[in-house]
Amino acid sequence: MSQASIRPRHWRRPPLFIQRKWLRWTIYLLCLVYLVAAVSSVDVNWARVYEGLERGWRFVQGFLVPDFSTRSTDIWRGMIESLTMTLTSTVVGVLISIPIGIGAARNIAPAPVYALCRSIIAISRSFQEIIIAILFVAMFGFGPFAGFLTLAFATIGFIAKLLAEDIEDIDEAQAEAIRATGAGWWQVVNYAIQPQVTPRLIGLSVYRLDINFRESAVIGIVGAGGIGGTLSTAMSRYDYDTAGAILILVILIVMLAEYSSSHIRKWVQ
Amino acid sequence: MLRIDNLAMRYRTGDRALQGVSFTVEAGQVVGLIGPSGAGKSTLIRCVNRLVEPTSGKILLGDRDIATASRSELRRIRRRIGMIFQEYALVERLTVMENVLSGRLGYVPYWRSFLRRFPQADVDKAFGLLERVGLTAHADKRADALSGGQRQRVGIARALEQDPELLLIDEPTASLDPKTSRQIMRLICEICRERNLPAIINIHDVVLAQMFVDRIVGLRAGEVVFDGAPDKLDDDALTSIYGEEDWTQMKKSVEEDAADAADVSAFEHNREARVAGVA
Repeated sequence: MSQASIRPRHWRRPPLFIQRKWLRWTIYLLCLVYLVAAVSSVDVNWARVYEGLERGWRFVQGFLVPDFSTRSTDIWRGMIESLTMTLTSTVVGVLISIPIGIGAARNIAPAPVYALCRSIIAISRSFQEIIIAILFVAMFGFGPFAGFLTLAFATIGFIAKLLAEDIEDIDEAQAEAIRATGAGWWQVVNYAIQPQVTPRLIGLSVYRLDINFRESAVIGIVGAGGIGGTLSTAMSRYDYDTAGAILILVILIVMLAEYSSSHIRKWVQ
Repeated sequence: MLRIDNLAMRYRTGDRALQGVSFTVEAGQVVGLIGPSGAGKSTLIRCVNRLVEPTSGKILLGDRDIATASRSELRRIRRRIGMIFQEYALVERLTVMENVLSGRLGYVPYWRSFLRRFPQADVDKAFGLLERVGLTAHADKRADALSGGQRQRVGIARALEQDPELLLIDEPTASLDPKTSRQIMRLICEICRERNLPAIINIHDVVLAQMFVDRIVGLRAGEVVFDGAPDKLDDDALTSIYGEEDWTQMKKSVEEDAADAADVSAFEHNREARVAGVA
């Protein structure tokens, strides 16, 4: 009976971060003060914003009445260039990423190979696509070849890193069982690891295809060819109706890729 | 024949897993390795094919010392030792046939295994084993489409596909129901007798071990504390392995098990009658 009287009746979830109530509230308050101060320090030129509104409106109008026909050859050429760039760079990038990803998996690669592959990934991931694109445009001149190299380079960092992490997460028991049969290293990779990581690798490659297409529209602006180049030209000519048409096409293709990639991922499971 | 001599294994953290383990497994002998969790059963079994590296001692398979074998020698030794695992450890996304054929990986060159072009003799052997374990119809199914008992049969076929001279079996029944457990144990022991194959079965179910194996080795805190025939495993021996416990309770549960089994067969019998009635 006495136990029932001790049993507490109130329960609250204990705070996640800071136990002391006054300290917690002080920190929350300071964060709020900082946020307000930071926002108010942003200098907004309202007159310039007003001027920009007009230009923005013209842009919206162009978007509402997209003009596909006037510069159709340019748009068509840009699209083909972008799609070619996307597909080739994804295929080449993924093919190069596979050995690098295997080398960057701690559980199957020897230490020196691991260090080398991890640093290749780190280099590829530390540069944003635009910066690499500027570099490659400077090296190989304007056009889709620089774009192709940029996207392939960025794909390596992305796919190899995720593949390596996937290999590190495999069910070790399956690999152990294959190793116990007397299988060599290549056979362990082929029989125990490949079946476990292939579906995800395919899913990631399709996803990267999608990213590369979107990126191809961006890096075109710095001269790496593709639809981005066409878009940038249209913008600088104030052809907002053509730019609107290009944007609509890009959105359509991205949506199509999104839709089909979810199907492909389900199918390979 | 396998001879383990003064085997010790110490983890890098300094924890002792095995200490002065010595015993010999004769041809055709099925040894049950029992002991509480953490006694080193799994470690011992994995030291034999060096999935875990022993710290000192000898492991002699025939006259070859496995403990000191080089990398390439180790590969040749491993293919002579079949291993069966607790959670089956099949490659889930490969077909049953690929899983069975993977028992030949130590014998075939890489290109053959990559192209799945195994020598005809290996394919014949694999079909023979699938027939032996009753899975011929499932050869082209993916391993993850099978039930637990079926998967363990694939695991057994994979180990036998190696033409092993020794079987290492790690908790073969831990994830199976009691009836399937018995079927699997019976299958393993039958096969060992058919082929005069020595085996070490790591098993935590003492009753099941006593039912099927020829000899029991008891491990406690990394040391052998019992080694003898199953019927020599009395209350004192069990206490020396597992610590103080009322062992009559376990024996009572054996009787209950037997009663359960009788119930089950009676039920099955009735059900067959009912099914026949429906038909």
